[in-house]
Amino acid sequence: MKNSLENKAIDTFSYLFMALFSIFCIVPFILILSSSLSDEKAVQLTGFALIPKHFSLTAYEVIFQDNTIFTAYKTTIIFTVVGTILCMIVTSAMAYALSVKTFTHRNKIAFFVYFTMLFSGGLIPSYLLISKYLGLSDNILVYILPGLVNPFNMFLLRNFFKQIPDSLAESAKIDGANDIYILFKIILPLAKPAMATIGLFYGLGFWNEWFTATLFIDNKDLYSLQYLIMKVMREVDFMYQLDYMQGATVSYVLPRNTVRMSTAVVTVGPIIFVYPFLQKYFVKGLVVGAVKG
Amino acid sequence: MNVALSNNKADSVVMKKKKKTFLSDVKQNFYLYLLVFPGVLYFVIFQYLPMVGIIVAFQDFNVMKGLFHSEFVGLKNFQYFFTSKDWLVVTWNTVYLNLLFLFTGLFFSILIALVLSEINSKYFKKVTQSVVILPHFISWTLVSMFVFALLSTEVGFINAVLKTLGFIQEGQEINFYSNPSLWVGILIVLKIWKGAGFGSVIYLAAIAGIDQEIYEAAKIDGASRMQCITKITLPQLKTTVVLLTLFGIGGIFYGDLGMIYAIVGDNPFLYETTDVIDTYVFRMLRQMNDISMSAAIGLYQSLVGLVIVFIANYFAKKYDSDSAIF
Repeated sequence: MKNSLENKAIDTFSYLFMALFSIFCIVPFILILSSSLSDEKAVQLTGFALIPKHFSLTAYEVIFQDNTIFTAYKTTIIFTVVGTILCMIVTSAMAYALSVKTFTHRNKIAFFVYFTMLFSGGLIPSYLLISKYLGLSDNILVYILPGLVNPFNMFLLRNFFKQIPDSLAESAKIDGANDIYILFKIILPLAKPAMATIGLFYGLGFWNEWFTATLFIDNKDLYSLQYLIMKVMREVDFMYQLDYMQGATVSYVLPRNTVRMSTAVVTVGPIIFVYPFLQKYFVKGLVVGAVKG
Repeated sequence: MNVALSNNKADSVVMKKKKKTFLSDVKQNFYLYLLVFPGVLYFVIFQYLPMVGIIVAFQDFNVMKGLFHSEFVGLKNFQYFFTSKDWLVVTWNTVYLNLLFLFTGLFFSILIALVLSEINSKYFKKVTQSVVILPHFISWTLVSMFVFALLSTEVGFINAVLKTLGFIQEGQEINFYSNPSLWVGILIVLKIWKGAGFGSVIYLAAIAGIDQEIYEAAKIDGASRMQCITKITLPQLKTTVVLLTLFGIGGIFYGDLGMIYAIVGDNPFLYETTDVIDTYVFRMLRQMNDISMSAAIGLYQSLVGLVIVFIANYFAKKYDSDSAIF
């Protein structure tokens, strides 16, 4: 009797807690979606709500009036795709070399990489190097190069490669294959889950990139999507500078609140879209990383 | 890389001998060196070269004169920072916020994992798990939009709801963006919103790894469900918890710039409770353009951070020698 009561209590608490926590997680998404579909005047009168007030698509019409958002999309897609591919090539090449037991200096090089996780020169020296000495300001490469190899991803991948039996590489070597061939034709096909994981880590990192832009990008054509959001959010003045606001002034009410929301919705879209895929591999990768340490 | 590596162990007496063996090693493992080369080059340029730049912390850096011709001023930059009251505020905020993030995150991640493992309905479990992990993939800039939608004084959802429910009148709206005392709580809630679900994945994996026979044996002995949770599951999670906590402590001196700058930005009303070392350095650079001063504070952070990592690692090693970070 006592047990069944306890069972019920635990079940009720579990279901209730997860239901409430899920609502807590999902409400902000609904809020921005509904707000973006509301009429600006109604919003200014009574505030944002979970159900659109005076359904209106003005906020979307306004942001699609000029190509600011498309340009940011284009820039972000370019450096995300190119950056992810480059990162994965360099990271996997390094990880593979460091996983080969016969490679003499692998431990020294591993420490050389590891040390950067413990100590760094800090923001300012990197900033000076990149902007003053390498001259990468206002260059799309500045999104990619400073984060080319993430030590954590590199070690994650190296640990995964270590699990692959040596005999595979050895027999290929006897047949005359070199290490580059072995990496691309034998190791990588076997490491698909791990590669997918770090690819998503890198890809998401690029997609959510804004900090680089605050430091190094002035050219409006090179804004990343997240940086654009930041600008729209932070600087009301910036919104008036955008061409799309010029057209909107005709309606007398500048839809600045709802336009913020529609910008957010337009940028969050792709993440929601690829989310099931993301979740599958991230969860796997996180567990792999945790178990292997 | 050839040069970099031989320089690393530059030892004038044995250099010749070593160089020879190193060269033959390169010949033998040519392709491996070729594969590792781009990565090593990256670390030399983007991680180790900036370490040379640390000297600006001891200079009165002048862009015109450059890194090697600016005037050296010794510890003046540090002196300046440590005699201002800012250093205590930002150091305290960094450590305090990180500790709060760490322990509230821990609590909610474990709670979610426990609760999920008690849920039998596969469908409910899958859907809710997907939902609570989702925020992890959203950038902090977008979160700042959510925060605006919720907390804005004029149009924010929370003020609107309070007004509808009659708790506040028109004109009595809570002005979140100028009230620093509310922000420790707000930041914690945001951190939980974004990270707790994702953080639970690791504990769920740990729970899944617990030997089922222990539970079966306990059930035969008449253990209740609650007893199974408190006497088996939680103790079994101890190692994971201790290690992840130590891992978190290792990073306690690094504020979450991505989060705090994206959300608080340059809002001076909120510095009192939200300004951390990282945002302070960043602002020093962007607003004051004081390169030497920011570099000095950055160096202070790196050095103390390093010491803390070593301490955390010492305890991790003591606790479980296999799980030490290094």
